[in-house]
Amino acid sequence: MNITEKILAKASGKRAVHPGEIVDINVDMIMVHDLTGPLAVEAFEKIGIQKVWDNQKVVVILDHQVPAESVKAAELHKTMRQFAKDQKLRIYDIGRGGICHQVMPEKGHVVPGTVIVGADSHTCTYGAFGAFATGIGSTEAAAVFATGRIWLKVPEAIKLNVTGQFQKYVTPKDLILSIIGRIGVDGAIYKSAEFTGPTIKSMSIAGRMTLCNMAVEMGAKNGIIEPDETTRKFLEGRTSQALPNFESLKSDKDAVYERTVEFDVSKLEPQVACPSSVDNVKPVSEVGNVPIEQAFIGSCTNGRIEDLRLAAQVLKGKRVKDNVRALVIPASQEVYKQALNEGLLEIFTDAGAMVCGSACGPCLGGHIGLLAADEVCVSTSNRNFIGRMGSTQASVYLASPATVAASAVTGKITDPRKLEAKA
Amino acid sequence: MNMKIKGPAIKFGNNIDTDVILPGKYLVLVDPYELAKHALESLDPAFPEKAKKGVIVVGGKNFGCGSSREQAPLALKYAGVKCVVAESFARIFFRNAINIGLPVIECKGISNEVETGDEIAVDFEAGKIENISRGKKFQVDKLPPFILEILADGGLIENLRRRLNKK
Repeated sequence: MNITEKILAKASGKRAVHPGEIVDINVDMIMVHDLTGPLAVEAFEKIGIQKVWDNQKVVVILDHQVPAESVKAAELHKTMRQFAKDQKLRIYDIGRGGICHQVMPEKGHVVPGTVIVGADSHTCTYGAFGAFATGIGSTEAAAVFATGRIWLKVPEAIKLNVTGQFQKYVTPKDLILSIIGRIGVDGAIYKSAEFTGPTIKSMSIAGRMTLCNMAVEMGAKNGIIEPDETTRKFLEGRTSQALPNFESLKSDKDAVYERTVEFDVSKLEPQVACPSSVDNVKPVSEVGNVPIEQAFIGSCTNGRIEDLRLAAQVLKGKRVKDNVRALVIPASQEVYKQALNEGLLEIFTDAGAMVCGSACGPCLGGHIGLLAADEVCVSTSNRNFIGRMGSTQASVYLASPATVAASAVTGKITDPRKLEAKA
Repeated sequence: MNMKIKGPAIKFGNNIDTDVILPGKYLVLVDPYELAKHALESLDPAFPEKAKKGVIVVGGKNFGCGSSREQAPLALKYAGVKCVVAESFARIFFRNAINIGLPVIECKGISNEVETGDEIAVDFEAGKIENISRGKKFQVDKLPPFILEILADGGLIENLRRRLNKK
């Protein structure tokens, strides 16, 4: 079996599972946020059960409309605070957490080998730690609150084998964009995307999270990476739960894959996903002259300390171009504080960028940093759909923190390596 | 719920994502009828008006991709969409639709055989889809019995209530 099958077999109490089989599995952890939680609470109340199945296994995180930008959002937050209080749940309120997918592993709620569901499509991020993690809707979250169980079809798996060393200013974001460009936005639909190979083994947790985060953008049910010493190091001191034997989570040599796709990153150049599909991916050299109005560095894809360091490295001593606004949003309070201590926030502020509090921000177009008609944003986030970040006439280009930072300086989509060469 | 559905088709292309089905700025709305006023407005501002009479949405590949927002199928359902037939679905949308009692079914090749305005009939129990206007019939994979049961009950919550009460 591969790692996903091993986790699902264990969670369903079976010795083995096979692709296509529908299994009823135990859930180890569920997360809801301020935009999916209220519907889940409403549905849960209709079931007629008083208490969630296990209050230690439900986490509430306020991160989307944060801080509340409207009375309606404030009401949603109030609903979630009350539910957390009534059910005695762990809640990460404003100023205590940040973006759900950063907070969950940071605060030790993600453990290798476990099953985690979340009422958010980017829940697949936790596959970076060797957990089986997938997104669900609000009604389904309510059913999990009540039963602690969920049905799933065991997915076929695609093995994404990555070799080679990244060039300077080329990042895991560029890798995942190039993967999605090749696989397509529906190329891994219903499937498991397993990232493996020497490049993955030497990759930081931050990079692995960026890869697994965007697995859903090719339709995958989950993204997953075998846990190793890098995983252990990150989790040590964060989780109070015992870690499983990582050997038991390695894919067997004879594990079956629907297909294996090879990627060599050694010649990879920075990649850009052009409007309005995440698989409309081009090397930055082929994007052409694209002036921008906004540059956004943040989100559950690229708001980690490693991302901010990279952006700061590009922006240090430079200025954001006139007529361009740059927004920087650390993914969590922890990341914010670290960026503060390392002097990164000063670099951003000196450059003329606006640093905002840890939250989802403009990524989903619900709150701050929206775009007007005909405006262009280059963003480190994960989706460039029509209307995603505001006006349906606006355009969103997706790229790495280095590319977005370089673009903020020049005012058009720019290869960070060229900016450095010029300086 | 009646498992035989008939109505005029409104056709869309591939990769219809949940941001175009219901933009993020409306996620603070809680009344499903308010959500419905904005269903698919990014692609066709007149869609909510057109859907009122009861329609079948026909989609291409990867229908409902992107965000897990259940408000997307809710908006379609309350706008008047009776069911969605597509070449393929994004998995979270597929589950969400079933869980809120909006029937969905995959039908390979449907995009090429249906135009907006065609009269479509879907029999979920038999796995049969018919384009009455063009005399075309399709046999598709039936939904598993437990999913048909959820739909027959009107959604997952009703289904769960019934099953928990039985115990």
